Amino acid sequence: MIKGAFSALNASRRRSILTMLGIIIGVAAVIIIMAIGSGAQALILSQFETFGSNLIGVLPGKSEQNGPPAAVFGVTITTLTLDDAIALGQKNNVPHAIAVEPVSQGAGTATWRSESYDTTFFGTSADYIEVEGGELESGRFFSADEVDSTARVVVLGSTVKTELFGQSDAVGQNIRLKNTVLTVIGVMKERGTVAFQNYDDQVILPITTLQKLILGVNHLGFLRVKVDDGANIEQTMIDVTETLRERHGIKDSSGLSDDFTIQSSRDAIETLTTVTSGLSFFLAAMAALSLLVGGIGIMNIMLIRVVERTREIGLRQALGARRFDIMSQFLTEATAITLSGGIIGIVIGELMSVLITLVAQQMGYDWPFSFSLVAIIVAVSVSVAVGLIFGLYPAAKASKLDPIEALRYE
Amino acid sequence: MLIKVEGLKKDYVNEEVVTKVLHGLSFSIEEGEFVSIMGPSGSGKSTLMHILGFLDRASHGKYEFEGRDVTSLSDDELAAFRNEKIGFVFQSFNLLPRTSVLENVKLPLLYSSKPHHNATKRAQEVLEQVGLGHRLGFFTNQISGGEKQRVAIARALINNPSIIFADEPTGNLDSKSGTQVMAILQALNDAGHTVILVTHETFTSEHAKRIIMMKDGLIVEDKKVTHRRIAKDTELIK
Ligand SMILES: Nc1ncnc2c1ncn2[C@@H]1O[C@H](COP(=O)(O)OP(=O)(O)OP(=O)(O)O)[C@@H](O)[C@H]1O
Ligand SMILES: [Mg+2]
Repeated sequence: MIKGAFSALNASRRRSILTMLGIIIGVAAVIIIMAIGSGAQALILSQFETFGSNLIGVLPGKSEQNGPPAAVFGVTITTLTLDDAIALGQKNNVPHAIAVEPVSQGAGTATWRSESYDTTFFGTSADYIEVEGGELESGRFFSADEVDSTARVVVLGSTVKTELFGQSDAVGQNIRLKNTVLTVIGVMKERGTVAFQNYDDQVILPITTLQKLILGVNHLGFLRVKVDDGANIEQTMIDVTETLRERHGIKDSSGLSDDFTIQSSRDAIETLTTVTSGLSFFLAAMAALSLLVGGIGIMNIMLIRVVERTREIGLRQALGARRFDIMSQFLTEATAITLSGGIIGIVIGELMSVLITLVAQQMGYDWPFSFSLVAIIVAVSVSVAVGLIFGLYPAAKASKLDPIEALRYE
Repeated sequence: MLIKVEGLKKDYVNEEVVTKVLHGLSFSIEEGEFVSIMGPSGSGKSTLMHILGFLDRASHGKYEFEGRDVTSLSDDELAAFRNEKIGFVFQSFNLLPRTSVLENVKLPLLYSSKPHHNATKRAQEVLEQVGLGHRLGFFTNQISGGEKQRVAIARALINNPSIIFADEPTGNLDSKSGTQVMAILQALNDAGHTVILVTHETFTSEHAKRIIMMKDGLIVEDKKVTHRRIAKDTELIK
């Protein structure tokens, strides 16, 4: 019977494929939703979990009404300085801050002997590990004293280490960043992209060394404050804001004249979750709509088929088919159409998910390709359900035909 | 007694309009008979055949099949009876398009409650019986009208029915193919099958052993065929 259903399907292939379109789109959307939903959401949450959610980020420049601060778009704003970071680290200013990490970044070539590699220079304080996490593969991290004394030391990310040194030992060697010679004191363990930041493809050095000896700047790219407890995040945000306003001579407490933007990592998670769940909702609505349209298409084509095959139904009844047999034949046919559409939809959906994954990975995110069996089971069930639901009325109609009238039908 | 009918009536009711088609028929048919139901167009031959073949129900009267009262059977029981007891051959063949000869012949087995282990072998057997052992894999659009009707006969035979109903089986055929079909029906009857043939042609009806003559929903004559015609390839049916 199933074979019969598929061969009947084959007979009107073009019409069937058109009818399947709604199902194909709907099911593909279901697959993509599940892939993005589980991929992106899990990525974002896990990224922030390993990263720690008790963080407050401060960016230079005022956040526009509804958008991110200008610094995000690469505009250089020089309102945030290392002295700001030092002030925030003082207990009387921000009592709940357990670490403050000023960050200044640049890009350039790192050279060891004849090997050279283009990477990111990440200038920071000794609080780096406390705030960002991460472990050392070998050697040690630089100390607060080394930051204060503008020491010529550097810690390599694992990618940079491999690119420059291969298998040989890096600690104790001298490398050049642009034209400044620095001694490698440590190598970080491989970590991948966390919180949308590639931790392996960078060299980490005292912020003072980067600012004074290499970049010749005085401002920060951003700074991060680690709060002792999640419950103190809001208070700490107020403390940070007040400290910075006082230092920058801002009297206006409305926030409109601030020259910095403050955000907690929790806010960031919420924003991202809102974005992804909004996307999922949009796709889900699209899936539901496509499936509805597809289902109505199936119902329509099945009604046409029942009429076209009235004589065949009469014949089958004459040969001994019961009402139930006729009913299940047409239900099977409707389901065969939706299931075929569903399978095409699954293939397209998976291809799109792979594409999204590749694009995300190209952009440097540690986004694993998630081939979800659950998504496939859901997609198959949805296609079968659409076939059964929308095939029911035509099938019932077919099964109620009177054998004599069906046989006499011209 | 295979079939026993008493005072059988059939009225069609369409939107309050009652059309009386059969006005009270009584007759019986024994196993192994070859009966032809004869009569002009509209006399109710097909209607009678549909009732006898469990496709339709009588409005009044008694119908016993193999000693069982048919009027009390449910729709599904009637369907099972059609599947197991009856083989239909129609004027317009009614084969499934885009389907092989073999699959067409096997179709009734799909609705059979009995297990059928050697379905393909059985289908081959009945196809050889009608001289189509060489056409198994052909599709129904690749064979002639005469061959189509023989496929239909093979399909009617597959469940080894008690009775074969053929409604104008030669109506759409040229005389040579028609003769072949009649020869097959006679051979089946010789082999012990009960055959009921519906036709409005005297010549065709004379291939049976008995003729029930109908007119306006009544039996006007029920007689034995004295000079029975034997279908041979040399003798052409018009
Ligand atoms: N569903 C129906 N409603 C009303 N009248 C019907 C219906 N079906 C058949 N009839 C009428 O019953 C009568 C007998 O029809 P039937 O098909 O049995 O004739 P027949 O003897 O087989 O004729 P033919 O030789 O043309 O096939 C006809 O007058 C036909 O119009
Ligand atoms: Mg007729």
